[in-house]
Amino acid sequence: MQSIERAAAILRMLAGGTGRLGLGEIAASLDLAKGTTHGILRTLRHVGFVEQDRVSGRYQLGAAVLHLGDSHLDVNELRSRSINWADPLAARSGEAVRIGTVRQGRALVVHHVFRPDDTFQTLDTGTLLPLHATALGKVLLAYRAAEPPAELEAFTRRTVVSRRELATALDRVRTAGWGTEIEELTLGEAAIAAPIRGYGGLVVGAIGISGPVERLCDTRYRPHPRLVGHVRDAARAVSADLGAARH
Amino acid sequence: MTERFVVAIDQGTTSTRCIVFDRHGQLVSLAQQEHKQHFPRPGWVEHDAGEIWRNVERLAPLALQRAGITTGQVSAVGIANQRETTVLWDRRTGVPVGRAVVWQDTRTDGLVNTLAHAPGAAEVQERSGLPLATYFSGPRLNWILDHTPGLRDRAERGEVLFGTMETWLIWNLTGGLHVTDVTNASRTMLLDVRTLRWSPQACEFFGVPMAMLPEVRPSVAVFGRARSAFPGVRIGAALGDQQAALFGQTCFTPGEAKCTYGTGSFLLLHTGPELIRSTHGLLTTVAYQLAGEPAQYALEGSIAITGSLVQWFRDQLELISSAPEIETLARTVADNGGCYIVPAFSGLYAPHWRSEARGVIVGLTSYITKGHLARAVLEATAWQTREVVDAMNANSGLTLTTLKVDGGMTADNLLMQSVADVLDVPVVRPLASETVSLGAAYAAGLAVGYWSDLEDLRRNWHRAAQWMPAMEPAVRDREYGNWRRAVERTFDWITPA
Ligand SMILES: Nc1ncnc2c1ncn2[C@@H]1O[C@H](COP(=O)(O)OP(=O)(O)OP(=O)(O)O)[C@@H](O)[C@H]1O
Ligand SMILES: [Mg+2]
Repeated sequence: MQSIERAAAILRMLAGGTGRLGLGEIAASLDLAKGTTHGILRTLRHVGFVEQDRVSGRYQLGAAVLHLGDSHLDVNELRSRSINWADPLAARSGEAVRIGTVRQGRALVVHHVFRPDDTFQTLDTGTLLPLHATALGKVLLAYRAAEPPAELEAFTRRTVVSRRELATALDRVRTAGWGTEIEELTLGEAAIAAPIRGYGGLVVGAIGISGPVERLCDTRYRPHPRLVGHVRDAARAVSADLGAARH
Repeated sequence: MTERFVVAIDQGTTSTRCIVFDRHGQLVSLAQQEHKQHFPRPGWVEHDAGEIWRNVERLAPLALQRAGITTGQVSAVGIANQRETTVLWDRRTGVPVGRAVVWQDTRTDGLVNTLAHAPGAAEVQERSGLPLATYFSGPRLNWILDHTPGLRDRAERGEVLFGTMETWLIWNLTGGLHVTDVTNASRTMLLDVRTLRWSPQACEFFGVPMAMLPEVRPSVAVFGRARSAFPGVRIGAALGDQQAALFGQTCFTPGEAKCTYGTGSFLLLHTGPELIRSTHGLLTTVAYQLAGEPAQYALEGSIAITGSLVQWFRDQLELISSAPEIETLARTVADNGGCYIVPAFSGLYAPHWRSEARGVIVGLTSYITKGHLARAVLEATAWQTREVVDAMNANSGLTLTTLKVDGGMTADNLLMQSVADVLDVPVVRPLASETVSLGAAYAAGLAVGYWSDLEDLRRNWHRAAQWMPAMEPAVRDREYGNWRRAVERTFDWITPA
C-alpha cells in the first residue's frame, strides 16, 4: 500500500512540476531512496503513466494518464498481440474465432479467424455487436468493461431483455470465468467467450468461438467442457502476452 | 503415450523466437527475445553473434517450460534464420571475429560497384543466380577479409570459419559441426546454384579461401544431435527464413507462391526442380532440398524495407508508440492525400536493384497530416508488392490468381486490404502467421518421421482470413502511376565518390 502512496506522490509531482524531472530530484523531493524511486518509476513507465526522455533520461507524465477515461489498449494492437493465440483456438475447436472490445456501447469485432473448413467466409472485423445478446458482449459487461445499454433489444425469443435476468447472467459469467450465448442473437447459433486481461488484470477484451448450437452444446444446451477449456486457454494465453500475469 | 512435439528456432533480424508446435502444426508455446541492433555508421548494421547464441540458450528451456514439456518430448528441432548475414569465428575458441554484418548493411556499395566491372563478374552472377548487390554474403565476406589485418591468412589456414546464422547456431548447438544448407548457401554468391557446390571461380572472384566455408547439406536432413539448448535432440532441418515460410505455407507444387511480411517482405514462387533464370529483376534461389532428392528452386522478389518502415515511423519519427498503431493512425484519414513514401533506405531491391537509390517522401503539401504519412507507409508495402508480383508474372509466364501471405504485418487489416486492392487478386492468410517457424518445424519433423510426407503437412493448411479487392481500376492505375513516378525520384541519389 505504501508503494501506491509513493506512486501517487510521484505522479502529483510530475503533474505539478514544470517540464521533466530527474531521478535524483524526484527521490530527494520525496525523501525516498533512489533505488525505491527507480523501481516505482519503472512500474509507472510500464503502464504508460510515466515517460522517460530517451536523451536526458528525465521523467514526465505519460500519455496514458491523460487518457485514463479512454479505452487504454489500441484495437489494432490487441489484434496483433492475440493473432498467435486465436489461430490455435480456431484449429482446436474447429469453429470461427472472434475477439471483441467495447466501442460506442457495443462489442466491436477486432479480429476474426475463419472456421477452418476452407468454405467461403467473409471477414467481419469492424462489425458492432449488441452487448447483452452475445457471449463476447456479456463477458465485457460482466467485468465492467462497459455499461449495459439502456434498451435491451430482443433479437430472438431467447435474448435476455430483463435487467434482472441480465444481472443474474452476468453474475454467472463472473463466477464461472466465461460466458455463453445460446440462440440469443441468431437462431441456431451459439457462442462461448472468456475475458482477455491486460496490465493489472483489467479486462480489455473478450475472445470466443461461435457456431451451430448442436456443435457447441450438448442436447441440454450446455456448452461442451472441451470447447470451454480451449476458449479459456486462449484467453489466458493472450492475457499473459498482454502482461496480465505479471501483476 | 506422452505427446510429442517439434520445436523451431527462428533466428530473425530483430529477434529470435523459439516455438513449440504440435502434430497439427499449431503453436503450443512461444518464447521470443530481441537482440541489439548496432549501427556504427550510416548504412552499417551489425549483430553480436555471441548475444544471439546466448538468447537461443535462454529461450529453449523457456519455450519448453511454457509448453509444459520436457526435452524428451521433442522429436526434432528445426532452424530458420535471417539470410546473408555474415558471421566469422575462431575454429579453436568458437569466439566470433568482430560483429556479424547484417544483410541490410550497405558498406560494400563501393566494392560492389568496382567488382561489377572486374573480369568474371558476369559469370559469377550467372553461376550464383544473383545480381551483384550489397545484399549478399560474398561481397561482405570479401570486405571483412580485406579490412581485418591478418584475417585472410588465418582463413587460408582454416583457423577462421565463415557461416550464415544457421551455420553459427548449428556449430554451437552441436559443439563444432561446420555445415550449412543449400538455401542459405544459395544466398552467398559463392554457390553454383546448379551443381549446389561452392564455386571455386566465385571464391576466387571474392577472394574467399575455401577452407573457411562450411559443408553444404540438404535442408531437410538430420544434421546431428544437439548438445546444448536441446540436449540429445536431433536437428532435422535448416532453411533460410523465407524458404522456411514457403515450406510452412506448404507451397510444394511448382506455381505456388507466398509473400512474408516482416522486417522486409519476400515473395517466393516455387518453380520446381528446374532452375529458372530471372529476366525481370528477380533472384534464382534454392527453395529446399529433401535429403536424397533433387533440389527445388524458386524465383524470389525481395523487398528490403516494409515492416522496418513502420518501425522507423515508430522509433525515429516517434509518431506512434507501437507498430499496430500505424493502422489506427492511417484510419484517421480516407486516403494518402497525394503523399508517397518510397523507403529506399538500403537502396532498392527487386525488381530495381538500385544500390545508389535513397528514400523519398513526395507530394508534400500543407494539407498532409501524420495520418496521410501513416497511409503512405502502409501503401509503400502494398505497391512494392505489386512491383514484384508484376515481375513474377512477366518472368514466369504464370498469372498469380491469389496471394498467400504471412508474417507480423498480416495482422494489419488495412494493409492486407490495400495489398488486395493494388494487386486486384484475393489475399489469403493461413491459420498460422508464424509460418517461418512452422516451415522449420515441418521440415525438421519430416526429416525424423514425425510427419510422414508432404501431403500430411498440406492437410494442416487452412484459410484463416481473406481480403477481396475492392479498388476502382481507374484509381488503381492512377495511384500506380504516381507510385512509379515517386520511385524514379529515388534513383541516382548516392553519387560515386
Ligand atoms: N499491425 C501492424 N501493422 C503494420 N506493421 C506491423 C504490425 N505489426 C507488426 N508490424 C511490423 O511487422 C514487423 C514484425 O513482423 P514479424 O514479427 O513477422 O517480423 P520478424 O520476423 O520479427 O522480422 P525478422 O525476422 O526480420 O526479425 C515489424 O517490422 C513491425 O514493424
Ligand atoms: Mg522473421
